[in-house]
Amino acid sequence: MWKWLHPYANPEVTYHFTGKILPWFVALTVITLSTGLVWALLFAPADYQQGDSFRIFYIHVPAASLSMGIYVGMAVAAFCSLIWQLKLADASAAAMAPVGAVFTAIALLTGSAWGKPMWGTWWIWDARLTSELILLFLYLGVIALHNAFEDKNLAGRAASILTLVGVINIPIIKYSVEWWNTLHQGSTVSKLGKPSMTIDMLWPFIFCFLGFALLVTTIICIRFRTEILARNSIRPWVRNLVILENK
Amino acid sequence: MLNKKVMTITSSNKLSYRDAFMLIIKRDLTIAFRHRDDILNPIIFFIIVVTLFPLGIGPEASTLSRIAPGIIWVAALLSTLLSLDNLFKSDHNDGSLEQMLLSPHPVFILVLAKIIAHWLVTGLPLIFIAPILAVLLHLNENSYGALMLTLLLGTPVLSLLGAIGVALTVGIKKGGVLLSLLVLPLYIPVLIFATSAIDTSAMNLPYSGQLAIIAALFFASLTLAPFAVSAALKVSTN
Amino acid sequence: MQFDSISDFFNMGGYAFFVWLAYGATAVMLALLVISSNSSFKKMKQQIAQRQKRETKLRQAAQLQRTLELEHDQQEQQAEKNNSKEVLS
Repeated sequence: MWKWLHPYANPEVTYHFTGKILPWFVALTVITLSTGLVWALLFAPADYQQGDSFRIFYIHVPAASLSMGIYVGMAVAAFCSLIWQLKLADASAAAMAPVGAVFTAIALLTGSAWGKPMWGTWWIWDARLTSELILLFLYLGVIALHNAFEDKNLAGRAASILTLVGVINIPIIKYSVEWWNTLHQGSTVSKLGKPSMTIDMLWPFIFCFLGFALLVTTIICIRFRTEILARNSIRPWVRNLVILENK
Repeated sequence: MLNKKVMTITSSNKLSYRDAFMLIIKRDLTIAFRHRDDILNPIIFFIIVVTLFPLGIGPEASTLSRIAPGIIWVAALLSTLLSLDNLFKSDHNDGSLEQMLLSPHPVFILVLAKIIAHWLVTGLPLIFIAPILAVLLHLNENSYGALMLTLLLGTPVLSLLGAIGVALTVGIKKGGVLLSLLVLPLYIPVLIFATSAIDTSAMNLPYSGQLAIIAALFFASLTLAPFAVSAALKVSTN
Repeated sequence: MQFDSISDFFNMGGYAFFVWLAYGATAVMLALLVISSNSSFKKMKQQIAQRQKRETKLRQAAQLQRTLELEHDQQEQQAEKNNSKEVLS
């Protein structure tokens, strides 16, 4: 497997490889996401308790779980970049941070818009909401650190350290927030019984989830290619590439 | 003079780990006492922030005693953050930080010594002043022990975690605001458990559980943070 | 199809504001993210191309100067030779 993976440590190979698969990802994203959203908005049945506001669920849940998934991905990339000094892992971590921040913001916004009709307020200090907000702060810190350094490689290493410190802290923060919540909040949150997902709700959800995951992959792919170019701008292969494209 | 002595000694191989550790602590304390403003200003800041809250909220004793633990702890977080800037900055500017990283001793020990010295001059005074401010805020009489104990265990965690942020931003010109963005989210667990320990003690209930968790945070950060700090310093001095 | 008419669809069973707020905000944010990612990719390429142009220009200018200097030197040498010939004669 290592032999197979090895060539992809070369920025040039990876750049061309991602360039080749990118159109496929774009096509798949458009197909699955449009299918999922149309299905979710038009054909999925309304929840018997929450009515049509349940349709927010089809964005909110994928965004929330992807926001956490992207952080884990970023932490894995940070780990690889610190241990094996892989420049490409740095580049991919830098590509993931803004995407993760946007998805965290989407999860918070849609959660808030769903909470208003269901709970009666835009915001409650619920454990999940609070830890999602803190996740957004962690993302913003990583992005700010990336922007603070002039040298991209230094920035990548500094951000990698911060990401790993953050990933150790995330379980602690999550646990402490949950604990804090049960202590201070009591039972003001009338947790609606978990909506039993019927098949005709599950399928649009699967499509939406896949669609958003593919969208994340596509955007990360584009940003990843930008980062590769930025980090290799004086290499001959990048020069040739730019000359070829300008002709 | 002192700087030079320390540098020549730390770069010699004969010094034991403990000697190097003690030497750094002594040096940092001496420097701190020569610049007394750097010690005093965060403490004055702490006092002023705490006195601002009653002015903003109103002088009612019941409200104040309800929110006193939160106010004192948030003020402690902010004043620690303010004092963190000095931790590596002057050493980075005059080049002694690089000498330290180049010395044959493990960076872990030297960094730990610096953080402990920093806590002695900034964290420890807070613990002595906090009870006086607690009187101003009408803190519940049962809570003084909990306040002192949480501060004793909690402020070192703040110094240790903050040191990671400082080490990452020491090479950047405008690191101050960035530092708060990096460090404050990491402080949240300490804040939550410390204030809840104080609240629990006000109700005359045992708060050893929360205290144990803060102690766990303290030991975890004591063993792990210096590694992160030394890795970050190596990036920043590059 | 869950809805009887288009207005019914837009009404979302009374939750129109919240549902469309959520979907709209998501669409706007994702669109901004995609556009900015794409434009920064293009900008990066343009930057590299511009830097290359500048470098080639500088190189050409340096070369031109060098040839000019060379010619100038040759002319001077020629002139000196002529001078010495004149002196000899």
